[in-house]
Amino acid sequence: MSYDARFRVWRGDDEKGELVDYPVEVNEGEVVLDIIHRLQQTQAQDLAVRWNCKAGKCGSCSAEINGRPRLMCMTRMSTFTETETITVTPLRTFPVIRDLVTDVSFNYTKAREIPSFAPPPDLAPGDYRMAQVDVERSQEFRKCIECFLCQDICHVVRDHEENKESFAGPRYLMRIAELDMHPLDVADRQKEAQEEHGLGMCNITKCCTEVCPEHIKITDNALIPLKERVVDRKYDPLVWLGSKIFKRPGA
Amino acid sequence: MSPDIERPGNIERHDYDVVVIGAGGAGLRAAIEARAQGKRTAIISKSLFGKAHTVMAEGGCAAAMGNVNSNDSWMVHYRDTMRGGKFLNNWRMAELHAREAPDRVWELETYGALFDRTPDGRISQRNFGGHTYPRLAHVGDRTGLELIRTLQQKIVSLQQEDYRETGDYDSNIRVFHECTITDLFVSEGRVAGAFAYYRGTGDFVRFDAPAVVLATGGVGKSYQVTSNSWEYTGDGHALALRAGATLINMEFLQFHPTGMVWPPSVKGILVTESVRGDGGVLRNSEGKRFMFDYIPDVFKEQYATSEEEGDRWYADQENNRRPPELLPRDEVARAINSEVKAGRGSPHGGVFLDIASRLKPDEIQKRLPSMYHQFKELADVDITQEAMEVGPTCHYVMGGVEVDPDTAMSKVPGLFSAGECSGGMHGSNRLGGNSLSDLLVFGRRAGAGAAAYVDGLGGVRAAVAIDDVTEAQKRALLPFSSATEGGENPFVVHLELQKTMNDLVGIIRKADEMELALKALQDIAVRARTVSVAGRREFNPGWHLALDLRNMLLVSLCVAKAALERRESRGGHTRDDYPVMDSDWRHVLLVLSALGEDNVNLVRQEQLPMRPELFDLFELDELKNYYTGEELGGHRADASGSDKGDKL
Repeated sequence: MSYDARFRVWRGDDEKGELVDYPVEVNEGEVVLDIIHRLQQTQAQDLAVRWNCKAGKCGSCSAEINGRPRLMCMTRMSTFTETETITVTPLRTFPVIRDLVTDVSFNYTKAREIPSFAPPPDLAPGDYRMAQVDVERSQEFRKCIECFLCQDICHVVRDHEENKESFAGPRYLMRIAELDMHPLDVADRQKEAQEEHGLGMCNITKCCTEVCPEHIKITDNALIPLKERVVDRKYDPLVWLGSKIFKRPGA
Repeated sequence: MSPDIERPGNIERHDYDVVVIGAGGAGLRAAIEARAQGKRTAIISKSLFGKAHTVMAEGGCAAAMGNVNSNDSWMVHYRDTMRGGKFLNNWRMAELHAREAPDRVWELETYGALFDRTPDGRISQRNFGGHTYPRLAHVGDRTGLELIRTLQQKIVSLQQEDYRETGDYDSNIRVFHECTITDLFVSEGRVAGAFAYYRGTGDFVRFDAPAVVLATGGVGKSYQVTSNSWEYTGDGHALALRAGATLINMEFLQFHPTGMVWPPSVKGILVTESVRGDGGVLRNSEGKRFMFDYIPDVFKEQYATSEEEGDRWYADQENNRRPPELLPRDEVARAINSEVKAGRGSPHGGVFLDIASRLKPDEIQKRLPSMYHQFKELADVDITQEAMEVGPTCHYVMGGVEVDPDTAMSKVPGLFSAGECSGGMHGSNRLGGNSLSDLLVFGRRAGAGAAAYVDGLGGVRAAVAIDDVTEAQKRALLPFSSATEGGENPFVVHLELQKTMNDLVGIIRKADEMELALKALQDIAVRARTVSVAGRREFNPGWHLALDLRNMLLVSLCVAKAALERRESRGGHTRDDYPVMDSDWRHVLLVLSALGEDNVNLVRQEQLPMRPELFDLFELDELKNYYTGEELGGHRADASGSDKGDKL
């Protein structure tokens, strides 16, 4: 059942690098990360790759496979033909440290800028009461494994370094939505989402939702509802434009 | 060695009050506590912040909150924990754990955690193997992720507080990402600091601190089939040994009964026990629910003897006994092992775990979303339609650093340990759900213990000896210098170590095999000393593995040596040549200490007898299964109970 596949892997650092071709054995049931590990064990001991759980739960092994942001551990080799060349490159939106490993500190910086959960000041531990139906909305967003694939694909920052300063990215805008929908959170977050974290820069193309390995409906369930809450207070040209474009005749 | 590898010059240096090694649940909770006690705290994370192995915990966090069944209490939880560990547990740790777990869970809600709810809005609790009542706080089957994210976000919120006060997020608590500790510094008999490298740059860094908390998790990467990630190389265990601390209970490894067995690349990845807690049953190739044949005598009273009774239990737990699929993990793992050996296994060498015929598809997707996802994407199996194939996988080490239960301090002043890398709490076998609660309870205690210890020093700190830094640096670079001498590939040596431990010190153990293992480990030790790596210091996985090998090897020696010594079967230690549990071994702890670079010394030590009021929580008839006759003298039911005072 095994065959030799053609892998093309990006090798290098932030300054220079190239795609290197490797013929490599593939066995039944393997995923892309297995093949990268085989390269390490047999042909390229110093090939840098970040990974942890190998079960799609930790979100470490993010890369671009044939140009598409994916988790290497969740990409089965059986999804490719045996003759196909499989190209593995690092996440494009972040600076390369080495080979497939990128510097994702942008995300940790943004995480620190989002105000944390604000519990009701007089509620003692153990006295929290919330209905399942009310926690479920935020629970969907807390499935996020922080693989940063949505941050990588989002065109607001993908080829626009200049936007990174003012845009938190889908993952952290979703974090604001999560806290905003937390049944007991007492902070007011909507104005800040728009003014400090760049919610208005999102024009709901849903690329983030498409690449999410946890299948979280980032755009529909987090970003659009957050935009709708904001629009009550502040004029947003995109929502305004959207309402014009998508308005049905006679509606 | 080239100048690029050697990089002469000063190395980065940081001073802290408390250095926490490990950024999983235990490490983060320890850091939160140390910071709360006003200590400047560093968190050293081998991976990125938030990726720790805690995310893999699926089922839940055990705490006797009594939200679903009000009969639950810390005493029932305590009894279950001791039973699960076959009474070899450090009873004080088990007591603290059972008493404090509810507060630790409720506290998480104030940090922003969102657990699944009961109809009246409290934290919902689910059934799990070995727990008398529904006890596990959970979020679907991704509880570990919720825990790690909640603690991570709490740390961010503390950093935001510090930022508002000082203008610097990192002023009181800082996370060092992708940073691996290779040595601890001990001066004048106490902790002085630690030595590390950054994965990204390969640069060295030194931390000067009077208190270090080890929270590095387990040792599973010494085994071929494991649910553990690459980080689980026994770093804390080995660092503790080399610093002069002791390990206990290292012969007890938990093989989780249900790991994936196919495809080969995912062999070992966990299938949560919740599948069984929610109704899933185990069947052999003949379609038989074989667990009914494997109920040990000590558990006969508590488990159903017919499928009908077992099935009724899911709806009515008051009037029925639980199905044997929910026996403690060691029992289920051994049963699966026996079925496969008897030729009644599944096509890929496991048994069948069937939830498809037990619950409706939408119910399965709702209760077990990650499992549905995992099998669909990794094995192309739809668990709502067909049975899973599962088999035992190396999951958890009960053994670890010997610590004081209340303060979590080891034998070495200033060295603390919490979570999987400390020993005692779980005895010979851990109950599912007791790990996440262990992290929280003893993480907090280790943080508090470290803070109190630093206060007690009154500002007098041991200085790091400069020779120790030079030595640590030299040792870390050794694999590069071996390259010119033609040493072996570290990946090859690692595979051999894994195979040795898997085949010779696995689920079922024999004296002659373990003696072979000890010989093989000596040989591997020689080879590990001269493994060589190519390339540069920036993010070089071969180099990292070469350094991790040193730890895995020392820990494997401890496991093999202790396993050979213990001539009985108990919990996570099963001897083919001594298949019965022996009361004379219950009170014996095997204590390991380092003997040079790659040898260990083993001594026997008596377990402290349980405090009388805890002892009296059990019925005498149950204790008779575990204790020797003379040990039972102090029990309330015993006429000669006048010598109670001796138990203290």
